[in-house]
Amino acid sequence: MPINPLLALLAQKARYSHQELADLLSLTEADVALRIAEFEANGTILGYQTEIDPDLSGNTDVSAFIEVKLTPERGGGFDRLAMRIAKFDQVESCYLISGGYDLNVVVVGADLREVARFVSEKLSTINGVVSTATHFKLKTYKQNSFTYEVEEPEGRLSVSP
Amino acid sequence: MDYSKKISSQVANVPRSGIRDFFELVQGREDVISLGVGEPDFATPWHIREAAIYSLEKGQTSYTSNLGLIKLRKLISSYVADFFHVDYSAQSEILVSVGVSEGIDLALRALLNPGDEVIYHEPCYVSYSPSIVMAHGVAVPVATHKEDGFSLKAAALEKAITPRSRVLMLNFPTNPTGALAPRADLEEIAALCIKHDLIVLTDEIYSELIYGDTPHTSIASLPGMKDRCVLLHGFSKAFAMTGFRLGYACAPAPIIDAMMKIHQYSMLCAPMTSQVAAIEALENGAKSVEKMKNAYHQRRDYMVRRLQQMGIDCHSPGGAFYVFPDIRKFGLTSKQFALRLLEETCVAAVPGDAFGASGEGFLRCCYATGMDQIVEAMNRIEKFIKSL
Repeated sequence: MPINPLLALLAQKARYSHQELADLLSLTEADVALRIAEFEANGTILGYQTEIDPDLSGNTDVSAFIEVKLTPERGGGFDRLAMRIAKFDQVESCYLISGGYDLNVVVVGADLREVARFVSEKLSTINGVVSTATHFKLKTYKQNSFTYEVEEPEGRLSVSP
Repeated sequence: MDYSKKISSQVANVPRSGIRDFFELVQGREDVISLGVGEPDFATPWHIREAAIYSLEKGQTSYTSNLGLIKLRKLISSYVADFFHVDYSAQSEILVSVGVSEGIDLALRALLNPGDEVIYHEPCYVSYSPSIVMAHGVAVPVATHKEDGFSLKAAALEKAITPRSRVLMLNFPTNPTGALAPRADLEEIAALCIKHDLIVLTDEIYSELIYGDTPHTSIASLPGMKDRCVLLHGFSKAFAMTGFRLGYACAPAPIIDAMMKIHQYSMLCAPMTSQVAAIEALENGAKSVEKMKNAYHQRRDYMVRRLQQMGIDCHSPGGAFYVFPDIRKFGLTSKQFALRLLEETCVAAVPGDAFGASGEGFLRCCYATGMDQIVEAMNRIEKFIKSL
């Protein structure tokens, strides 16, 4: 959770209007606009996205989590290879992690074959990639803090002591 | 059969709750934005619910010790020591109750002889007066005032003290006013309690929900007061666990013993599932409380600012999750105002007189409600008062 309260609110809901943010934080609208512009300019805010339920939106893309083992390079470690992989459009996320392998790469494609082709033709042929293991995503339960099941607390009385 | 002759006069004489009356008016109406609730809008944090589910899966469904699980009482003991700066023995000075409501009932029944007087500050939580009456006591309300931030002033308290006074009930932060009692006020009150040998029931249920920088002071932590205080607290508000019905009383062992006698025969123990959930709340709940508290803080500031911008006299309450605007300038009683607000704009807020006569002229608006709804409610109230 970001410590800055403005960032905390935007992380929850990017679509808050400047007026709403000003109301919540007891600031003026102009103040909010200025601070957001600063965060955008200095790269603290990288961008804004919408969280979309793929089932309801009709999106049939498939995703895979790929465990990648790399040979680190003198001087740069994993960074150059990791960035090289991350820059592909098919790569949604790319993390260096501890444990049995080095990179966790999330790849998205139109279908199974497209993902497989990316792995076999692009990813595994990069000099320095030692091995890959591909795990296809079957179902999403929670993503970016959104649980894919709306919980409606029930039974709260409209008036209570 | 003439049931009026069958019902105990003690009970028959307790008036209907003003909240209940208002609730019935609101019930069944569609599209009502309710600022009338007295509980968090958050569901209990998941890790707490999950702990309760796990305990059910493991078959932890039995009675517990009358006083409550010892593990829970030990956690309560250290939580109270950290938060309130008062030390209570987990073995003999803590009783786990079914909400603070049961704790109040137990304490009053344990302490009062028929005709003993109990002083409390008003406006206040709706159960105080009936609980006193049903424990065969005499309810002695002392009005608090907007000008004092609805804190209880020692001078007003002293006027209410008689030779029959036995108990003083305090609730800061207060439902419905959100008032805090400054430490200096509490010190003067404490001196009076010592002078007149009063026992203090201090209902601390909102004590985590304080939004300023001044740390909370419980009267039980003042010098010489632990011996004459029953500190009542619970999980409902800060941990959003109202439906778990779990509270506790901390007091000197002889008082806990007396409360235990009633509790063991009337309740036996608090539900084990709720006790297990409370263990999780105390062990791992601090972050959840902080998150909810931050949300309440933002909403309070917004609601107060909007009401003030409309020209409504509304102080910024220091705690709980209620604002208590003064609506006297509109020339309507609290009930008339609330009723017209409901009928004309579908916004429900509780008339101040439901919390005692001195609440007349005020309205309780709860900000434990989603921000979108608060914004819409404020827009509607603004339109409504322009039409008056």
